[in-house]
Amino acid sequence: MALLEVKGVKAYYGQTEALHDVSFALEEGGITTLLGANGAGKTTTLRSICGMVRTVGEISFSGRRINGMATEEIVRMGVAHVPEGRGTFVNLTVDENLRLGSYTQGKKDRVQRDLDLVFNYFPRLKERLQQQAGTLSGGEQQMLAIARALMLAPRLMLLDEPSFGLAPLVVQEIFRIMRRINEEEKVSMLLVEQNAALALDLADHAYLLETGNVVMSGPAQVIKNDEGVRRSYLGY
Amino acid sequence: MNWEFVLHQATSGLANGAIYASVALALVMIYTATEHINFAQGEMAMFSCYIAWQLIDWGLPYWVAFFCTIAISFAGGVAIERVILKRFHNAPVLAVIIVFIGLLVIFNSIAGWIWSTVLKQFPSPFVDIFPTTKLVGPHQLGVVLTILIILTGLYLFFRFTPLGLAMRAAAQNPVSARLVGVRVNWMLALGWGLAAAVGAVAGMMVAPIVFLDPNLMAGILLYGFASALLGGISNPGGAVLGGFILGLLENGIIVVENLVGVTVFGNELKLTVALIVVIAVLIFKPSGLFGKVRVKRV
Repeated sequence: MALLEVKGVKAYYGQTEALHDVSFALEEGGITTLLGANGAGKTTTLRSICGMVRTVGEISFSGRRINGMATEEIVRMGVAHVPEGRGTFVNLTVDENLRLGSYTQGKKDRVQRDLDLVFNYFPRLKERLQQQAGTLSGGEQQMLAIARALMLAPRLMLLDEPSFGLAPLVVQEIFRIMRRINEEEKVSMLLVEQNAALALDLADHAYLLETGNVVMSGPAQVIKNDEGVRRSYLGY
Repeated sequence: MNWEFVLHQATSGLANGAIYASVALALVMIYTATEHINFAQGEMAMFSCYIAWQLIDWGLPYWVAFFCTIAISFAGGVAIERVILKRFHNAPVLAVIIVFIGLLVIFNSIAGWIWSTVLKQFPSPFVDIFPTTKLVGPHQLGVVLTILIILTGLYLFFRFTPLGLAMRAAAQNPVSARLVGVRVNWMLALGWGLAAAVGAVAGMMVAPIVFLDPNLMAGILLYGFASALLGGISNPGGAVLGGFILGLLENGIIVVENLVGVTVFGNELKLTVALIVVIAVLIFKPSGLFGKVRVKRV
Protein backbone atom coordinates (compact mmCIF):
# COMPACT_ATOMS: atom_id res chain seq x y z
CA MET A 1 0.00 0.00 0.00
CA ALA A 2 1.25 3.45 -0.85
CA LEU A 3 2.04 5.72 2.09
CA LEU A 4 0.38 8.66 0.42
CA GLU A 5 -2.23 8.45 -2.26
CA VAL A 6 -3.65 11.43 -4.11
CA LYS A 7 -6.60 10.58 -6.36
CA GLY A 8 -8.35 12.99 -8.71
CA VAL A 9 -7.75 15.98 -6.45
CA LYS A 10 -8.96 19.45 -7.32
CA ALA A 11 -7.95 22.31 -5.04
CA TYR A 12 -9.51 25.74 -4.66
CA TYR A 13 -8.41 29.19 -3.49
CA GLY A 14 -11.83 30.74 -2.99
CA GLN A 15 -13.60 30.10 -6.29
CA THR A 16 -10.40 29.64 -8.29
CA GLU A 17 -9.50 26.08 -9.16
CA ALA A 18 -5.74 25.71 -8.72
CA LEU A 19 -5.40 21.94 -9.17
CA HIS A 20 -7.53 20.34 -11.86
CA ASP A 21 -7.13 16.61 -11.53
CA VAL A 22 -3.97 15.57 -9.75
CA SER A 23 -3.28 11.92 -9.01
CA PHE A 24 -0.12 10.31 -7.76
CA ALA A 25 1.11 7.88 -5.16
CA LEU A 26 4.14 7.86 -2.93
CA GLU A 27 5.74 4.67 -1.64
CA GLU A 28 7.04 4.49 1.89
CA GLY A 29 10.75 5.05 2.34
CA GLY A 30 11.78 6.96 -0.74
CA ILE A 31 12.17 10.53 -1.87
CA THR A 32 9.67 11.66 -4.46
CA THR A 33 9.86 14.96 -6.23
CA LEU A 34 7.20 17.09 -7.85
CA LEU A 35 8.59 19.12 -10.71
CA GLY A 36 7.01 21.90 -12.66
CA ALA A 37 7.29 25.51 -13.71
CA ASN A 38 6.08 28.48 -11.69
CA GLY A 39 2.35 28.24 -11.11
CA ALA A 40 2.12 24.58 -12.06
CA GLY A 41 0.54 23.78 -8.70
CA LYS A 42 3.46 22.27 -6.79
CA THR A 43 3.00 24.31 -3.63
CA THR A 44 -0.76 23.92 -3.82
CA THR A 45 -0.34 20.15 -3.97
CA LEU A 46 1.67 20.17 -0.74
CA ARG A 47 -0.81 22.53 0.87
CA SER A 48 -3.66 20.24 -0.18
CA ILE A 49 -2.02 17.25 1.47
CA CYS A 50 -1.83 18.97 4.83
CA GLY A 51 -5.27 20.49 4.71
CA MET A 52 -4.36 24.12 4.14
CA VAL A 53 -6.58 24.55 1.07
CA ARG A 54 -10.05 23.30 0.21
CA THR A 55 -9.96 20.14 -1.90
CA VAL A 56 -12.28 17.66 -3.53
CA GLY A 57 -11.19 14.19 -4.55
CA GLU A 58 -9.35 11.84 -2.25
CA ILE A 59 -6.09 12.15 -0.37
CA SER A 60 -5.19 9.27 1.92
CA PHE A 61 -2.25 8.82 4.22
CA SER A 62 -1.32 5.28 5.28
CA GLY A 63 -4.75 4.11 4.23
CA ARG A 64 -6.76 6.80 5.99
CA ARG A 65 -8.57 9.56 4.17
CA ILE A 66 -7.17 12.89 5.32
CA ASN A 67 -8.68 15.59 3.17
CA GLY A 68 -11.26 17.48 5.14
CA MET A 69 -9.28 17.01 8.35
CA ALA A 70 -7.75 19.99 10.17
CA THR A 71 -4.08 20.68 9.45
CA GLU A 72 -3.03 20.05 13.04
CA GLU A 73 -4.70 16.63 13.06
CA ILE A 74 -2.98 15.63 9.81
CA VAL A 75 0.33 16.77 11.30
CA ARG A 76 -0.34 14.67 14.37
CA MET A 77 -0.71 11.59 12.13
CA GLY A 78 2.92 12.00 11.04
CA VAL A 79 2.97 14.44 8.16
CA ALA A 80 5.51 17.23 8.65
CA HIS A 81 5.37 20.16 6.27
CA VAL A 82 8.39 22.43 5.78
CA PRO A 83 6.58 25.27 4.06
CA GLU A 84 7.65 27.72 1.41
CA GLY A 85 9.44 30.59 3.15
CA ARG A 86 10.35 28.20 6.01
CA GLY A 87 7.65 29.26 8.48
CA THR A 88 9.98 29.51 11.45
CA PHE A 89 8.78 31.49 14.47
CA VAL A 90 11.09 34.45 13.97
CA ASN A 91 10.45 36.00 17.40
CA LEU A 92 11.12 32.78 19.27
CA THR A 93 14.53 31.29 20.01
CA VAL A 94 15.96 28.35 18.10
CA ASP A 95 15.43 26.25 21.21
CA GLU A 96 11.76 27.25 21.43
CA ASN A 97 11.25 26.56 17.73
CA LEU A 98 12.64 23.06 18.15
CA ARG A 99 10.62 22.41 21.29
CA LEU A 100 7.48 23.41 19.43
CA GLY A 101 8.34 20.66 16.96
CA SER A 102 8.05 18.16 19.77
CA TYR A 103 4.90 19.75 21.18
CA THR A 104 2.78 16.77 20.14
CA GLN A 105 5.27 14.26 21.59
CA GLY A 106 4.76 15.20 25.19
CA LYS A 107 7.30 13.35 27.34
CA LYS A 108 10.40 15.18 28.51
CA ASP A 109 13.01 12.43 28.01
CA ARG A 110 11.65 11.97 24.50
CA VAL A 111 12.17 15.67 23.78
CA GLN A 112 15.80 15.53 24.88
CA ARG A 113 16.45 12.45 22.77
CA ASP A 114 14.90 14.08 19.72
CA LEU A 115 16.94 17.24 20.31
CA ASP A 116 20.15 15.19 20.38
CA LEU A 117 19.09 13.48 17.17
CA VAL A 118 18.49 16.84 15.51
CA PHE A 119 21.87 18.23 16.65
CA ASN A 120 23.51 15.17 15.14
CA TYR A 121 22.24 16.33 11.72
CA PHE A 122 22.44 20.08 12.32
CA PRO A 123 25.30 20.73 14.75
CA ARG A 124 25.20 24.41 13.84
CA LEU A 125 21.79 24.82 15.48
CA LYS A 126 23.22 23.71 18.80
CA GLU A 127 25.49 26.76 18.82
CA ARG A 128 22.54 29.02 18.08
CA LEU A 129 20.07 27.65 20.62
CA GLN A 130 19.36 30.87 22.50
CA GLN A 131 19.36 33.09 19.42
CA GLN A 132 16.11 34.43 17.98
CA ALA A 133 15.22 32.45 14.85
CA GLY A 134 14.80 35.68 12.90
CA THR A 135 18.49 36.51 13.35
CA LEU A 136 19.71 33.31 11.68
CA SER A 137 21.08 33.26 8.15
CA GLY A 138 18.86 31.94 5.38
CA GLY A 139 20.60 28.58 5.33
CA GLU A 140 20.38 28.20 9.10
CA GLN A 141 16.68 29.09 9.02
CA GLN A 142 16.08 26.40 6.43
CA MET A 143 17.99 23.96 8.62
CA LEU A 144 15.88 25.01 11.58
CA ALA A 145 12.69 24.45 9.59
CA ILE A 146 13.76 20.93 8.61
CA ALA A 147 15.01 20.24 12.14
CA ARG A 148 11.69 21.33 13.59
CA ALA A 149 9.86 19.05 11.19
CA LEU A 150 12.16 16.21 12.23
CA MET A 151 11.25 16.84 15.88
CA LEU A 152 7.70 15.80 14.98
CA ALA A 153 9.09 12.29 14.34
CA PRO A 154 7.16 12.19 11.07
CA ARG A 155 6.62 9.34 8.62
CA LEU A 156 6.36 11.76 5.72
CA MET A 157 8.08 15.08 5.25
CA LEU A 158 6.78 17.60 2.72
CA LEU A 159 9.51 19.99 1.63
CA ASP A 160 8.62 23.11 -0.34
CA GLU A 161 11.61 24.63 -2.17
CA PRO A 162 14.27 24.01 0.47
CA SER A 163 16.86 25.48 -1.90
CA PHE A 164 15.04 28.78 -2.28
CA GLY A 165 17.31 31.83 -1.99
CA LEU A 166 20.32 29.89 -0.73
CA ALA A 167 23.90 29.76 -1.97
CA PRO A 168 24.76 26.60 -3.96
CA LEU A 169 27.16 25.31 -1.31
CA VAL A 170 24.56 25.64 1.42
CA VAL A 171 21.98 23.93 -0.79
CA GLN A 172 24.36 21.01 -1.32
CA GLU A 173 24.88 20.69 2.41
CA ILE A 174 21.16 20.74 3.13
CA PHE A 175 20.38 18.21 0.40
CA ARG A 176 23.08 15.89 1.76
CA ILE A 177 21.50 16.09 5.20
CA MET A 178 18.04 15.42 3.73
CA ARG A 179 19.36 12.25 2.09
CA ARG A 180 20.84 11.12 5.42
CA ILE A 181 17.59 11.80 7.26
CA ASN A 182 15.69 9.85 4.64
CA GLU A 183 18.00 6.85 4.92
CA GLU A 184 18.79 6.83 8.62
CA GLU A 185 15.46 7.91 10.09
CA LYS A 186 13.32 6.20 7.45
CA VAL A 187 11.41 9.40 6.79
CA SER A 188 9.72 9.42 3.39
CA MET A 189 9.94 12.72 1.57
CA LEU A 190 7.92 14.61 -0.97
CA LEU A 191 10.09 17.35 -2.40
CA VAL A 192 8.95 20.31 -4.45
CA GLU A 193 11.69 22.12 -6.35
CA GLN A 194 12.17 24.68 -9.08
CA ASN A 195 15.71 23.45 -9.45
CA ALA A 196 14.88 20.28 -11.36
CA ALA A 197 18.46 19.04 -11.79
CA LEU A 198 19.04 19.17 -8.04
CA ALA A 199 15.76 17.49 -7.21
CA LEU A 200 16.23 14.68 -9.76
CA ASP A 201 19.67 13.91 -8.34
CA LEU A 202 18.24 13.45 -4.89
CA ALA A 203 14.92 11.79 -5.65
CA ASP A 204 14.07 8.19 -6.49
CA HIS A 205 10.83 8.99 -8.21
CA ALA A 206 9.49 12.06 -9.98
CA TYR A 207 6.19 13.52 -11.10
CA LEU A 208 5.89 16.37 -13.54
CA LEU A 209 3.10 18.89 -12.99
CA GLU A 210 1.86 21.25 -15.67
CA THR A 211 -0.90 23.82 -14.99
CA GLY A 212 -2.54 21.75 -12.28
CA ASN A 213 -2.25 18.30 -13.89
CA VAL A 214 0.25 15.47 -13.62
CA VAL A 215 1.65 14.99 -17.12
CA MET A 216 4.50 12.55 -16.57
CA SER A 217 5.84 10.21 -13.91
CA GLY A 218 8.61 7.70 -13.50
CA PRO A 219 11.91 6.90 -11.80
CA ALA A 220 14.01 10.02 -11.38
CA GLN A 221 16.79 8.67 -13.64
CA VAL A 222 14.35 8.04 -16.48
CA ILE A 223 12.71 11.44 -16.16
CA LYS A 224 16.13 13.05 -16.08
CA ASN A 225 17.01 11.58 -19.45
CA ASP A 226 13.72 12.44 -21.10
CA GLU A 227 14.18 14.74 -24.10
CA GLY A 228 11.27 17.06 -23.30
CA VAL A 229 12.07 17.39 -19.62
CA ARG A 230 15.68 18.07 -20.40
CA ARG A 231 14.86 20.85 -22.80
CA SER A 232 12.12 22.51 -20.70
CA TYR A 233 13.36 22.04 -17.15
CA LEU A 234 17.02 21.17 -17.16
CA GLY A 235 18.10 23.51 -19.94
CA TYR A 236 20.59 21.42 -21.87
CA MET B 1 8.94 68.13 51.71
CA ASN B 2 6.53 65.66 53.25
CA TRP B 3 8.05 62.27 52.42
CA GLU B 4 5.25 60.36 54.06
CA PHE B 5 2.81 62.01 51.70
CA VAL B 6 4.96 61.25 48.67
CA LEU B 7 5.40 57.61 49.66
CA HIS B 8 1.71 57.25 50.36
CA GLN B 9 0.89 58.62 46.92
CA ALA B 10 3.45 56.31 45.37
CA THR B 11 2.06 53.16 46.99
CA SER B 12 -1.52 54.04 46.15
CA GLY B 13 -0.36 54.81 42.61
CA LEU B 14 1.21 51.37 42.45
CA ALA B 15 -2.01 49.77 43.68
CA ASN B 16 -4.07 51.52 41.01
CA GLY B 17 -1.35 50.78 38.49
CA ALA B 18 -1.48 47.08 39.35
CA ILE B 19 -5.18 47.05 38.49
CA TYR B 20 -4.65 48.93 35.22
CA ALA B 21 -1.78 46.56 34.45
CA SER B 22 -3.88 43.44 34.85
CA VAL B 23 -6.69 44.82 32.69
CA ALA B 24 -4.08 45.88 30.11
CA LEU B 25 -2.61 42.38 30.15
CA ALA B 26 -6.05 40.82 29.64
CA LEU B 27 -6.58 43.08 26.60
CA VAL B 28 -3.13 42.33 25.20
CA MET B 29 -3.56 38.57 25.56
CA ILE B 30 -6.52 38.67 23.19
CA TYR B 31 -5.05 41.39 21.00
CA THR B 32 -1.80 39.56 20.23
CA ALA B 33 -3.76 36.49 19.13
CA THR B 34 -6.55 38.19 17.18
CA GLU B 35 -5.60 41.86 16.62
CA HIS B 36 -8.90 42.82 18.22
CA ILE B 37 -9.51 44.84 21.37
CA ASN B 38 -12.10 43.09 23.49
CA PHE B 39 -14.33 45.98 24.53
CA ALA B 40 -16.35 43.59 26.68
CA GLN B 41 -13.30 42.73 28.84
CA GLY B 42 -14.34 45.19 31.55
CA GLU B 43 -17.95 44.03 31.67
CA MET B 44 -16.84 40.42 31.82
CA ALA B 45 -14.73 41.33 34.85
CA MET B 46 -17.68 43.17 36.42
CA PHE B 47 -19.88 40.12 35.89
CA SER B 48 -17.23 37.91 37.51
CA CYS B 49 -17.23 40.29 40.42
CA TYR B 50 -20.98 39.84 40.90
CA ILE B 51 -20.49 36.09 40.84
CA ALA B 52 -17.93 36.47 43.63
CA TRP B 53 -20.30 38.73 45.56
CA GLN B 54 -23.09 36.18 45.18
CA LEU B 55 -20.89 33.32 46.38
CA ILE B 56 -19.82 35.35 49.41
CA ASP B 57 -23.42 36.34 50.03
CA TRP B 58 -24.36 32.66 50.06
CA GLY B 59 -21.91 32.23 52.88
CA LEU B 60 -18.75 30.97 51.19
CA PRO B 61 -15.47 32.10 52.77
CA TYR B 62 -13.81 34.90 50.78
CA TRP B 63 -10.90 32.90 49.39
CA VAL B 64 -13.10 29.99 48.35
CA ALA B 65 -15.32 32.45 46.50
CA PHE B 66 -12.22 34.13 45.03
CA PHE B 67 -10.84 30.95 43.48
CA CYS B 68 -14.27 29.67 42.41
CA THR B 69 -14.83 32.98 40.64
CA ILE B 70 -11.52 32.69 38.82
CA ALA B 71 -12.40 29.16 37.69
CA ILE B 72 -15.91 30.17 36.59
CA SER B 73 -14.55 33.20 34.73
CA PHE B 74 -11.94 31.06 32.99
CA ALA B 75 -14.61 28.62 31.84
CA GLY B 76 -16.84 31.51 30.81
CA GLY B 77 -14.05 33.08 28.74
CA VAL B 78 -13.37 29.78 26.99
CA ALA B 79 -17.09 29.33 26.33
CA ILE B 80 -17.53 32.81 24.84
CA GLU B 81 -14.71 32.12 22.37
CA ARG B 82 -15.85 28.62 21.47
CA VAL B 83 -19.53 29.44 21.16
CA ILE B 84 -19.64 32.99 19.83
CA LEU B 85 -16.33 34.39 18.56
CA LYS B 86 -15.29 31.20 16.82
CA ARG B 87 -17.96 32.00 14.24
CA PHE B 88 -16.36 35.37 13.54
CA HIS B 89 -12.76 34.30 12.91
CA ASN B 90 -12.92 35.35 9.28
CA ALA B 91 -15.47 38.12 9.71
CA PRO B 92 -14.72 41.76 8.86
CA VAL B 93 -13.30 43.85 11.72
CA LEU B 94 -16.48 45.87 12.19
CA ALA B 95 -18.58 42.75 12.68
CA VAL B 96 -16.24 41.63 15.45
CA ILE B 97 -16.37 45.05 17.08
CA ILE B 98 -20.16 44.93 17.09
CA VAL B 99 -20.01 41.51 18.74
CA PHE B 100 -17.75 42.93 21.46
CA ILE B 101 -20.02 45.91 22.01
CA GLY B 102 -23.00 43.59 22.05
CA LEU B 103 -21.37 41.46 24.73
CA LEU B 104 -20.58 44.61 26.70
CA VAL B 105 -24.22 45.70 26.73
CA ILE B 106 -25.50 42.18 27.38
CA PHE B 107 -23.28 41.64 30.42
CA ASN B 108 -24.08 45.08 31.73
CA SER B 109 -27.83 44.68 31.52
CA ILE B 110 -27.93 41.08 32.70
CA ALA B 111 -25.93 42.03 35.78
CA GLY B 112 -28.37 44.85 36.50
CA TRP B 113 -31.31 42.52 35.90
CA ILE B 114 -30.07 39.77 38.21
CA TRP B 115 -28.49 41.79 40.98
CA SER B 116 -30.16 45.24 40.54
CA THR B 117 -28.16 48.39 39.98
CA VAL B 118 -28.05 49.37 43.64
CA LEU B 119 -24.47 49.78 44.90
CA LYS B 120 -23.20 46.76 46.81
CA GLN B 121 -20.42 46.63 49.34
CA PHE B 122 -17.65 44.23 48.33
CA PRO B 123 -15.34 42.96 51.07
CA SER B 124 -11.57 43.26 51.07
CA PRO B 125 -9.87 40.18 52.52
CA PHE B 126 -6.69 42.10 53.19
CA VAL B 127 -8.08 44.26 56.00
CA ASP B 128 -7.70 41.30 58.38
CA ILE B 129 -4.34 40.18 57.01
CA PHE B 130 -2.22 43.32 56.87
CA PRO B 131 -1.93 46.04 59.53
CA THR B 132 -2.93 49.58 58.69
CA THR B 133 0.11 51.80 58.41
CA LYS B 134 0.49 55.44 57.55
CA LEU B 135 2.24 54.61 54.30
CA VAL B 136 0.01 52.05 52.76
CA GLY B 137 -3.49 50.76 53.39
CA PRO B 138 -3.96 47.00 53.87
CA HIS B 139 -6.12 46.68 50.77
CA GLN B 140 -3.62 48.49 48.58
CA LEU B 141 -0.81 46.27 49.80
CA GLY B 142 -2.95 43.20 49.15
CA VAL B 143 -3.83 44.39 45.64
CA VAL B 144 -0.20 44.91 44.67
CA LEU B 145 0.86 41.54 46.10
CA THR B 146 -2.04 39.59 44.56
CA ILE B 147 -1.51 41.06 41.14
CA LEU B 148 2.26 40.62 41.29
CA ILE B 149 1.74 36.95 42.13
CA ILE B 150 -0.62 36.53 39.19
CA LEU B 151 1.67 38.37 36.78
CA THR B 152 4.64 36.26 37.88
CA GLY B 153 2.60 33.09 37.52
CA LEU B 154 1.52 34.04 34.02
CA TYR B 155 5.07 34.96 33.07
CA LEU B 156 6.37 31.59 34.25
CA PHE B 157 3.53 29.81 32.46
CA PHE B 158 4.14 31.51 29.11
CA ARG B 159 7.91 31.37 29.40
CA PHE B 160 8.57 27.86 30.66
CA THR B 161 5.70 25.48 29.94
CA PRO B 162 5.11 23.71 26.61
CA LEU B 163 1.48 24.85 26.65
CA GLY B 164 2.50 28.46 27.23
CA LEU B 165 4.99 28.17 24.38
CA ALA B 166 2.31 26.72 22.12
CA MET B 167 -0.02 29.62 22.99
CA ARG B 168 2.68 32.14 22.09
CA ALA B 169 3.40 30.31 18.85
CA ALA B 170 -0.30 30.22 17.96
CA ALA B 171 -0.59 33.95 18.55
CA GLN B 172 2.53 34.83 16.56
CA ASN B 173 2.13 32.58 13.59
CA PRO B 174 -1.04 30.48 13.51
CA VAL B 175 -0.20 28.81 10.19
CA SER B 176 3.17 27.53 11.38
CA ALA B 177 1.69 26.61 14.75
CA ARG B 178 -0.79 24.30 13.01
CA LEU B 179 2.11 22.75 11.11
CA VAL B 180 3.67 21.59 14.37
CA GLY B 181 0.36 20.16 15.51
CA VAL B 182 -0.79 22.97 17.81
CA ARG B 183 -4.59 23.14 18.01
CA VAL B 184 -4.69 26.86 17.36
CA ASN B 185 -8.41 27.33 17.96
CA TRP B 186 -8.13 25.84 21.42
CA MET B 187 -5.13 28.03 22.20
CA LEU B 188 -7.28 31.02 21.34
CA ALA B 189 -10.06 29.83 23.63
CA LEU B 190 -7.51 29.24 26.37
CA GLY B 191 -6.27 32.81 25.88
CA TRP B 192 -9.82 34.04 26.34
CA GLY B 193 -10.13 31.98 29.51
CA LEU B 194 -6.93 33.40 30.95
CA ALA B 195 -7.90 36.95 30.01
CA ALA B 196 -11.29 36.53 31.67
CA ALA B 197 -9.65 35.09 34.79
CA VAL B 198 -7.14 37.94 35.03
CA GLY B 199 -9.95 40.44 34.48
CA ALA B 200 -11.94 38.79 37.27
CA VAL B 201 -9.07 39.31 39.69
CA ALA B 202 -8.76 42.95 38.63
CA GLY B 203 -12.50 43.39 39.23
CA MET B 204 -12.36 41.83 42.69
CA MET B 205 -9.47 44.14 43.55
CA VAL B 206 -11.33 47.26 42.39
CA ALA B 207 -14.73 46.50 43.89
CA PRO B 208 -13.80 47.03 47.57
CA ILE B 209 -12.50 50.52 46.71
CA VAL B 210 -15.45 51.87 44.74
CA PHE B 211 -18.46 49.63 45.59
CA LEU B 212 -19.93 47.12 43.19
CA ASP B 213 -22.35 48.20 40.48
CA PRO B 214 -22.84 47.24 36.83
CA ASN B 215 -20.65 50.12 35.69
CA LEU B 216 -17.79 49.08 37.96
CA MET B 217 -15.28 48.53 35.17
CA ALA B 218 -16.35 51.12 32.60
CA GLY B 219 -13.63 53.57 33.58
CA ILE B 220 -11.04 50.94 34.49
CA LEU B 221 -11.29 49.39 31.03
CA LEU B 222 -10.39 52.75 29.53
CA TYR B 223 -7.36 53.10 31.80
CA GLY B 224 -6.34 49.52 31.05
CA PHE B 225 -6.59 50.30 27.37
CA ALA B 226 -4.56 53.48 27.77
CA SER B 227 -1.94 51.53 29.74
CA ALA B 228 -1.71 48.90 27.03
CA LEU B 229 -1.26 51.56 24.36
CA LEU B 230 1.27 53.45 26.48
CA GLY B 231 3.40 50.37 27.07
CA GLY B 232 2.86 48.90 23.63
CA ILE B 233 -0.21 46.86 22.77
CA SER B 234 1.84 44.14 21.07
CA ASN B 235 4.05 43.59 24.10
CA PRO B 236 2.57 42.00 27.27
CA GLY B 237 5.47 43.10 29.48
CA GLY B 238 5.24 46.62 28.10
CA ALA B 239 1.50 46.77 28.70
CA VAL B 240 1.96 45.74 32.32
CA LEU B 241 4.66 48.38 32.80
CA GLY B 242 2.34 50.86 31.09
CA GLY B 243 -0.26 50.14 33.78
CA PHE B 244 2.15 50.83 36.61
CA ILE B 245 3.45 53.95 34.88
CA LEU B 246 -0.08 55.30 34.43
CA GLY B 247 -0.90 54.60 38.09
CA LEU B 248 2.24 56.35 39.28
CA LEU B 249 1.76 59.18 36.80
CA GLU B 250 -1.68 60.15 38.01
CA ASN B 251 -0.55 60.31 41.62
CA GLY B 252 2.68 61.98 40.59
CA ILE B 253 0.56 64.89 39.40
CA ILE B 254 -0.89 65.27 42.90
CA VAL B 255 2.60 65.14 44.40
CA VAL B 256 3.91 67.80 42.03
CA GLU B 257 0.95 70.06 42.77
CA ASN B 258 1.54 69.55 46.46
CA LEU B 259 5.23 70.44 46.08
CA VAL B 260 4.52 73.57 44.12
CA GLY B 261 1.71 74.45 46.47
CA VAL B 262 -1.09 75.01 44.00
CA THR B 263 -4.04 72.83 43.17
CA VAL B 264 -5.10 73.07 39.57
CA PHE B 265 -6.17 69.55 38.72
CA GLY B 266 -6.58 67.83 42.07
CA ASN B 267 -8.04 64.37 42.49
CA GLU B 268 -10.84 64.98 40.01
CA LEU B 269 -8.67 65.72 37.01
CA LYS B 270 -5.49 63.80 37.81
CA LEU B 271 -6.42 60.93 35.51
CA THR B 272 -7.41 63.25 32.71
CA VAL B 273 -3.98 64.81 32.88
CA ALA B 274 -2.38 61.38 32.94
CA LEU B 275 -4.33 60.43 29.81
CA ILE B 276 -3.19 63.62 28.12
CA VAL B 277 0.39 62.57 28.85
CA VAL B 278 -0.40 59.16 27.32
CA ILE B 279 -1.72 60.81 24.16
CA ALA B 280 1.36 63.01 24.00
CA VAL B 281 3.62 59.95 24.26
CA LEU B 282 1.66 58.18 21.54
CA ILE B 283 2.03 61.14 19.20
CA PHE B 284 5.79 60.72 19.32
CA LYS B 285 5.85 56.95 19.72
CA PRO B 286 2.71 55.48 18.15
CA SER B 287 3.68 51.90 18.95
CA GLY B 288 3.97 52.71 22.66
CA LEU B 289 7.00 53.02 24.92
CA PHE B 290 8.02 49.36 24.65
CA GLY B 291 6.12 48.32 21.55
CA LYS B 292 7.73 47.05 18.41
CA VAL B 293 7.19 49.03 15.26
CA ARG B 294 5.43 46.72 12.86
CA VAL B 295 6.12 47.14 9.23
CA LYS B 296 3.62 45.76 6.80
CA ARG B 297 4.51 45.02 3.25
CA VAL B 298 2.00 46.49 0.80
